[in-house]
Amino acid sequence: MSSSKPLDGILVLEFCQFMAGPSAGLKMADLGARVIKIERPNHGEGGRQIAIKNLFVDGSSLVFHTVNRNKESYAANLKDADDLARVKQLIAQADVMTHNFRPGVMEKIGLNYEVVKAINDRIVYASVTGYGTEGPWVGKPGQDLLAQSMSGLAHLTGDADDNPTPMGLAIADILCGSHFVQGILSALVRRGKTGKGALVEVSLLESMLDLQFEVISTYLNDGNKPPIRAKQGNAHAYLSAPYGVYKTKDGYLSMAMVPMDKLADIIGCTELNKYSTEESWFEKREEIMEILAAFFAQKTSEEWLSILEPADIWCADVYDYQKLLNHEGYKVLGMDQKVKLSNGEEVHTTRSPIRLNDEPIYADKAAPRVGEHTQSIINEFNL
Amino acid sequence: MKTLKDILVVDLSQFLSGPSATLRLADLGARVIKVERPETGDICRQLYVSNVKLNGESSVFRAINRNKESFQADLKNAQDKEMVLKLVEKADVLVHNFRPGVIDRLGFDYDTIKKINPSIIYGEISGYGTEGPWKGKPGQDLLLQSLSGLTGLSGNADKGPVPMGIAVVDILTGSHLVQGILAALVKKGKTGEGTKVSVSMLESILDFQFETITTYYHDGGEATVRTASNNAHAYLGAPYGVYETEDGYLALAMGAIPVLGELLGCEELKNYPEPASWFTQRDEIKLILANHLKTGSTEKWLGVLEPADIWCADVMNWDRLFQQEGFKVLKMIQEVKMSDGYKYETTRCPIKIDGNILTSELGSPILGEHTQAILSEFGM
Repeated sequence: MSSSKPLDGILVLEFCQFMAGPSAGLKMADLGARVIKIERPNHGEGGRQIAIKNLFVDGSSLVFHTVNRNKESYAANLKDADDLARVKQLIAQADVMTHNFRPGVMEKIGLNYEVVKAINDRIVYASVTGYGTEGPWVGKPGQDLLAQSMSGLAHLTGDADDNPTPMGLAIADILCGSHFVQGILSALVRRGKTGKGALVEVSLLESMLDLQFEVISTYLNDGNKPPIRAKQGNAHAYLSAPYGVYKTKDGYLSMAMVPMDKLADIIGCTELNKYSTEESWFEKREEIMEILAAFFAQKTSEEWLSILEPADIWCADVYDYQKLLNHEGYKVLGMDQKVKLSNGEEVHTTRSPIRLNDEPIYADKAAPRVGEHTQSIINEFNL
Repeated sequence: MKTLKDILVVDLSQFLSGPSATLRLADLGARVIKVERPETGDICRQLYVSNVKLNGESSVFRAINRNKESFQADLKNAQDKEMVLKLVEKADVLVHNFRPGVIDRLGFDYDTIKKINPSIIYGEISGYGTEGPWKGKPGQDLLLQSLSGLTGLSGNADKGPVPMGIAVVDILTGSHLVQGILAALVKKGKTGEGTKVSVSMLESILDFQFETITTYYHDGGEATVRTASNNAHAYLGAPYGVYETEDGYLALAMGAIPVLGELLGCEELKNYPEPASWFTQRDEIKLILANHLKTGSTEKWLGVLEPADIWCADVMNWDRLFQQEGFKVLKMIQEVKMSDGYKYETTRCPIKIDGNILTSELGSPILGEHTQAILSEFGM
């Protein structure tokens, strides 16, 4: 069952660099598509040089290896007429092509949608931008932190007295990449019926607004009240106490939605009894969270969990990677895998989060070197 | 033609993860029938944020469940169950997010459903997978953020755990489910075969951290260290962060430190010529930057940095953002209308197809609003 994947037979040409586009290519590769990165000769895509913690493997950053495993690389200089002609022949046989050039660049290269559609009208042509394709921001760099900062998102995380606090991961890239996959695959579903391709466009900013759809909808309909983060242990600007993180004697404890009367009873905190209405759990959030903070500090996380969990209170311990990755709850998922580079090195990374017919998807093909598959692709496709 | 036109989705899910997935399918053109239990319906109807009610129910429910129909049924009642199974027989996709075990007891497990409709795409969401010590734990966003290591990434070093202030686990899980379902629909289009697609909130939030977990495996298990101030990514060097200015905040992504020193008129930054030092000495560099950037307005710094192609941005709140031409041109806000005439504003689907934005003026359904119409339409 696991040998046949849903996107088997789908050919994707990835003209994308960095994170958003390549993360989409990875998801499609894991679902069975064949993904060929079209990279400039020698240096390859820009993401090869963007490292976190200065970590490099086989000449490219570790990040590049995580997001480009399970792909092939075809080196081409799109400004060179012969190279471009070969790439066009490849496009003629592809199902999907993705790029994240700024608006206007593909027109200059001569691979804009109109041109490509004339070569292959079944193709799904998909582009990621930072801020859409029109308006004053089209030329701005489409970068994760900038998209987070412009979208209002940084006002939701952290406590009331903190600076605006971005999410400490590339949420804009990753979520936008996910929307990219959704758009592309839905277009392939339609193509299965009509035989026609599509133009699919996403942007980091629209994806960041979509991430906030619940709270923006609330803001649009509550008289535009600004979000107010809790003073301590904030976990959601719009949710009532006890929602948040609390320090215990030896660590931390997260509390989700819990009726205050029930919580007060179970932990034996009589001070909470005066907050009898549901409305007060939001309106008096700071007071309540302060009372709880003092109360939870009296016992260890383990002691609290042993009281709260049997009573079906929604709470959890707070883990770091050390604790999580050594826990049976993590190990049982089989979430990690090792991919082997051609130089013999291994990259220990994670797999696709999607299971098909109860089987996890493993793919141990490592990220390619620049142009590693150029010659074999030329032969195979008669370029 | 929307890309998922004529796709029928029967949605047994509630709260956010599953319903956010079916909202996306609806916006891409699918018809989504939300099956809700009598009296309360989806519990999310009563899940208020900031005590805000729209037309008597939670604003969150209104946002997540627009563009769907509501079919009222008690899955524990034999007659109701029979009707829902008839719908499932006609459906292309079924979605549920019951805890493991519950769906079997209800008789809507994949093996049963496959017999009724072999080509169905069966999508399910769990909190922590279907085996292991955590399988019975409540699959709730903050709890998953807390257990998955995610809260060690945001905020500054001296803070405790800092959760992301939005239901990021629900959203990512829903988005992965959509990916899996659509891939399976592509296959169904070719072969007629159905597929079971499963995602868990834990696997989804681990996938989100694939860079940092891979780094942890690679660097021998070093602890995550956020920067002392202005943290925006625990694994990136200076200047990556958000900085206070005279009148607001400025986000700085990448940029060579001596070049920033030159542009900003900050001599001290020229003491860091080595790119490696931008990571190893990031705390002191960020402190220098933080002190310096307070001396000028956001506008002033943007005026210097943007022309020099430094990746930077104003840090906006929604009030400011919504006034910008760059936002307005996206037409990201739409007005939707409920069957009783109540109107509210919300966001639209973030995906454009064939150059068109995808909107739908259908608001969220009243509980059981479409039960009768669906019964007649499907001859039940």
